[in-house]
Formats: sequence, C-alpha cells, structure tokens
Amino acid sequence: MSEVKAEWPLYEVFVRGKRGLNHVHVGSLHAADDDMALRHARDVYTRRNEGVSIWVVQSKDIAASSPDEKDPMFAPSNDKVYRHPTFYEIPDNVPHM
Amino acid sequence: MTDTATDPLQAGFDATIGHGDRIEPRDWMPEGYRRTLVRQVAQHAHSEIIGMQPEGAWIGRAPSLRRKAILLAKVQDEAGHGLYLYSACETLGVSRGELTEKLISGAQKYSSIFNYPTLTYADVGTIGWLVDGAAICNQVPLCRTSFGPYGRAMIRICKEESFHQRQGYELLMTMMRGTDEQRAMVQESVNRFWWPALMMFGPPDDESPNSAQSMAWGIKRNSNDDLRQRFVDMSVPQAQALGVTFPDPELRWNAERGHHDFGQPDWDEFMQVVKGNGPCNTQRIAHRRKAHEDGAWVREAATAYATKQAAAVHDQEGAA
Repeated sequence: MSEVKAEWPLYEVFVRGKRGLNHVHVGSLHAADDDMALRHARDVYTRRNEGVSIWVVQSKDIAASSPDEKDPMFAPSNDKVYRHPTFYEIPDNVPHM
Repeated sequence: MTDTATDPLQAGFDATIGHGDRIEPRDWMPEGYRRTLVRQVAQHAHSEIIGMQPEGAWIGRAPSLRRKAILLAKVQDEAGHGLYLYSACETLGVSRGELTEKLISGAQKYSSIFNYPTLTYADVGTIGWLVDGAAICNQVPLCRTSFGPYGRAMIRICKEESFHQRQGYELLMTMMRGTDEQRAMVQESVNRFWWPALMMFGPPDDESPNSAQSMAWGIKRNSNDDLRQRFVDMSVPQAQALGVTFPDPELRWNAERGHHDFGQPDWDEFMQVVKGNGPCNTQRIAHRRKAHEDGAWVREAATAYATKQAAAVHDQEGAA
C-alpha cells in the first residue's frame, strides 16, 4: 500500500453574515475536495451562527494583486480628489445635498 | 395566489420577504419575481451605459482642464455603475451578451431622460443637479430592495452618486456668478430638463401597472408619485439658493399638505419617448451598437491571447 503524501489543497473561506450582506473572507483551511472544504468551513468558521452562507474556493484559483505593487497599482486614483463629494463647496443654505 | 400550504418553496420565499429579509441568488424565487428583477435591473444598467453619451459629448469641449477631469471621472463612474448592475443582473441567470443584445435591439429599455440632447454646456451642470438628483431619490430606497445583489450594487452607486450631484450644482453656481448670458444659459437648461427629470419617476401611480406587485415583493420601496413629490420638495429650495425658477406655473407651497403642489409632466410626450420617438433614441442606440461592434476585435484578440496562454501552460505541464 502506497502512502499518500500529497497535501490537501488550500481553500479560502468566505462567509455571508446575514442575508443582504456580501460574503466576506474569514480565513482558509485545507481539504481534499470542495465538499469537504465546505463542511470544514462550517465547523471551523461558523460554530456560533456566524453565517447563513459559505463560499469556498481553492487559493490557487484566486488571482491577486501583489502587496509590493500597492503604490503603482493604486496610483491612478491618488491624485483625483475631485472624485469625492467633499471636493465641491456647496453653501450651507442649500439643503439635501 | 399560490397555495402556500402545499408549496413550501413559495412559503419560504414569502416568509423571507415578510421578514424584510433579502433574497439571495441561490434561493428559490417565483419566476415572476425573477423576470421583474431582470427587467428592472437590466433597464437600470442600460440607463447607466446610455447615460454616458449625453455628458460624454461635452468632454472634448469642457471649458477648463479641471472641468474636463471632473466630467471624465463622472462618465467613467457611469460606466462602473453599469457594470455593477450588469453583474447583479447576471446572478439572475442571464448572460452579459444577452443583455447587450437586448439593449441594442431595443428589446429592453433605458431611462427616457437620456433621449434628450445636451445642447449647451450648462446641461452638464443641470444633469448633475436634477437628473442625478432624481436618480438619487429613486436609488436611495433601492439600497433596501429585496434582492441582495441589486441592493448591494445600489449602495456602492449611491455613495458615488453624491459627487455627481454636487459637481453639477457647483458648476451651475459658478455660471450663475458669471455673466447675464451665462445665467440665461443655466435657466434655459433648467427649463428644458425640469419636466423630463420629473418623468424619471415613471407614470402616475394609477397608471403604473407593475408597481403594486413590485412593492409587494419588496423590489420597489416607494411609489412613483411619492418619490416625485420628495424630489420636488428637495429641489425647490435648491433652485431658490441657485437663483433659478422651474417652468411650472402650478408649483407652490401647500402648507396644509406640508408639500409643494406641482403640475403634471406631459405624459403623452413621455409615452412617445419610451416608444422610441424621443429626440435622440435612434442616435443613442446607433452609437451603442457601433461602440459594441467596433470593440469586437478587442474582445476576440483578448480571447485568442488567453487561449494561447492556456495552451502554452498545458504544453509545459505535458512536457514536465
């Protein structure tokens, strides 16, 4: 009998706290397949009614921006203060704006 | 009415709506609910995308670099809002390609307001103030709509919409501090957009066939007439502060009601514009169709590149 050495893949876990809210990343875990990942996610991350829905996705399937590239990545929006409502001065006597 | 005693799926749906909870994409939902949402969210998404055109027309003619940067940012936001909403719509089981096709074939509608032309630069300000102002009135209650993805898209949109309204009002204030000619240009623009802005809330409640069901499903939270009234009440003091008037002889404060009385828009004109006979319907759709067709080679090239990359990875793995 050959020993199984392959490590279970890493999964990222997202939980919807309640209806109407986005799924939010809560952590990760190892599992042999999707079903097991879901079951483990339930046991690890929602033992106290933390959620109404869980998403799991293999970490390798997530394409992510690099933290080292944070500055160049987000530079295009740094100098655009006019995208914010506070950039525009509206007198106090103008209501509802 | 479905007999909820014999239909646990319907009963579960009704209970969720009854509690004021949200329906999420994997929940069972009645076909009519799904269809109504697809129609409304698609129409909303199309409005954002078509809404880029009237203001986009002024980007190249903005009077300063500052105004040009602001206008670019705003039109870029509209594109983003369209994408949030298309994504929400796709969670209901329709594809993006299908939605685009239905827009350019005229099978699905967009807000009639975007079928009016932007004749002067003041229109950029008036659209920000009145058109986006009316949109905000419509959209704030939709943040609590019963379908989760739609509500979440609306929350993002409302956050960004505030800049749109303020830049418009600020633009008009600047023009009102200018020459007589500029002030006249603002007033003329407001005269043209006031009635179409009121039409944005849809037909009167007693002529709005889908409203009651949409309210019962929690898709809509307020009636067309309630929202229209709210918009008029908000806009009147803003107009006074700006120094312009609205072209409605019946507009006056009614102390008894605690609201403004106002006249009715020309609903025949509204129906004509909805049917496709507004001043710019043909032009708007033709432009959207051309943009879609002109972009075909970009989509094809990106797909071809991705296929090639995937094949290369596959070959490497095969060789290893």
